[in-house]
Amino acid sequence: MNPAIYRRRRLVNALNMGASMFAMVFGLFWLAWILWTLFAHGFSGLHANVFLKSTPPPGSAGGLANAIYGSLLMTLFGTLIGTPIGTLAGIYLAEFGQRGWLAPVTRFINDILLSAPSIVIGLFVYEVYVVSVGHFSGWAGSFALALLVIPVVVRTTENMLRLVPNSLREAAAALGAPQWKVIMHVTLRSAKAGVITGILLAVARISGETAPLLFTALNNQFWNSNMNQPMANLPMVIFQFAMSPYEDWHTLAWAGALLITLSVLSLNILARWLGSQKTASH
Amino acid sequence: MDKYPNEQYLLRQELNMGKYQDEQHLRRQLMLDKLFRLVTRGFAFLVLALLVGIMLSLLVGAMPSIQTYGWHFLASSDWDPVGGKFGALVPIYGTLVTSFIALLIGVPASFGIALFLTELCPVWLKRPLGIAVELLAGIPSIIYGMWGLFVFAPFFGEHIQPWLIDHVGEWPLIGFLFQGAPMGIGMFTAGLILAIMIIPFIASVMRDVFEVVPTMLKESAYGLGSTTWEVVRYVVLPYTKTGVVGGVMLGLGRALGETMAVTFVIGNSSNFATGLFEPGNSIASSLANEFAEANGKLYLASLIELGLILFFITFIVLACSKLLLLRLKKQEGKPT
Repeated sequence: MNPAIYRRRRLVNALNMGASMFAMVFGLFWLAWILWTLFAHGFSGLHANVFLKSTPPPGSAGGLANAIYGSLLMTLFGTLIGTPIGTLAGIYLAEFGQRGWLAPVTRFINDILLSAPSIVIGLFVYEVYVVSVGHFSGWAGSFALALLVIPVVVRTTENMLRLVPNSLREAAAALGAPQWKVIMHVTLRSAKAGVITGILLAVARISGETAPLLFTALNNQFWNSNMNQPMANLPMVIFQFAMSPYEDWHTLAWAGALLITLSVLSLNILARWLGSQKTASH
Repeated sequence: MDKYPNEQYLLRQELNMGKYQDEQHLRRQLMLDKLFRLVTRGFAFLVLALLVGIMLSLLVGAMPSIQTYGWHFLASSDWDPVGGKFGALVPIYGTLVTSFIALLIGVPASFGIALFLTELCPVWLKRPLGIAVELLAGIPSIIYGMWGLFVFAPFFGEHIQPWLIDHVGEWPLIGFLFQGAPMGIGMFTAGLILAIMIIPFIASVMRDVFEVVPTMLKESAYGLGSTTWEVVRYVVLPYTKTGVVGGVMLGLGRALGETMAVTFVIGNSSNFATGLFEPGNSIASSLANEFAEANGKLYLASLIELGLILFFITFIVLACSKLLLLRLKKQEGKPT
């Protein structure tokens, strides 16, 4: 063994492993910095008025109540519209997708839609819905969000259904159950936790999205529960307030940012917990 | 009357009825089956139609601009809403440059993280660190934007940028990249924030593909006396190279289309940025800033054409990524 070569190999190894550890620290450093900033600024702006009052004009006191309400409403409808479509498409891919051209092509396209720029989805809804109706509205925002829900749900539904053992399907079929009953009452039910995890992940994704709402829901300074009107929503309010020169608007924007991040992260944790429940029980 | 035959008759009648009902029931279930299949098929088709719909609607929306400018739209750097002249060069350039910076910083970092998590990390730390990296992916992009604008940019502009301008700015060849006013915001800041945002995506793909390398291969290399780095360099990487490139492309696709974080920090100027510290514009950020206020058919159509270009670029990048990852999957389990 040549000691010089050996020493060099050890050195190269140590350097690269050191660099790898540095990369890990690099990643954690940004996470810590961002979260720390968010908590520091966000909690100081968080008080009861945030939940009770609507967005103020600059210089006066107010809250984010209308934006929180609008966000909840649009996320709810976006999920309600997107979930059934995504689940059914996912069922097709998992249960009927062994043959034919449709399933592989859809799977491919779906994975692309999963990472497609969300602002383009906003443009699409603008072109198709907003232009034909003639005004921005809460519905348009919900539709855009629904289009973002679909790929996530399709993907997770298919993956989860594929994990269901075939013997379960065969057992149900042997008892004489028609296929739709097998799928709805046996396969889908046993994959329930996984499918719900997927839906939660989709909700987490859309509740932080801003870009698709820019030209669909727009924004509204006042309390509005009419889905046919432009609607306030947290991400847009944060965007508008953060870009403004007013100090008190900035404070509110930080409070809103904290609310959004907390809800997205807790949804993620909930989804992860549900997912681990499922694997633990098997 | 005799009771017996009557009862038998009734019984037979009932049996026949039952048979008839059974058949009807069966037929109905078969029809429901067919219907169910058709409905799910329809929704799968809807996903497909969505993509075609997006392309077509953007194409139709962009028509006035396509007809006016043709290919010249891609080569012109004028962006003058008042004078009614539009060209896509500056936003396209901004999108490509910021994404390139993001890859330059993000890929080595993600590789390091994936390497650490698969080869070096003690088992008890694996889960918490994995979750921490995924948290980065969970933070909404608008939060990155706010943090970049209010916290990172001032810090960067005050403490790091002047030093870089004074020292690196003097270097031959690449010096010009680091010249300019220390404003904090600009192309470089946007690229750096994009890098942080795509790290979790690339790292998680790399981690997944590193884990499909058969343990037998790795342990054989260790058995021959390889160092960890040599195992990674000569066994893991060659085995997973298509997957690694697929992960990088996925990150690139994300970076190209990222809107809010970039809009906050890129500076939004429609001038050509030659240096890294100058403000610029990306496709997504010009859409976010100008679309809601755009008036005039041509202005709107030009913005929509920008969206079309963005969708087209990301579509190609993501399709390549997907194809590469599929190729790795097929190779799984086969001897190499």
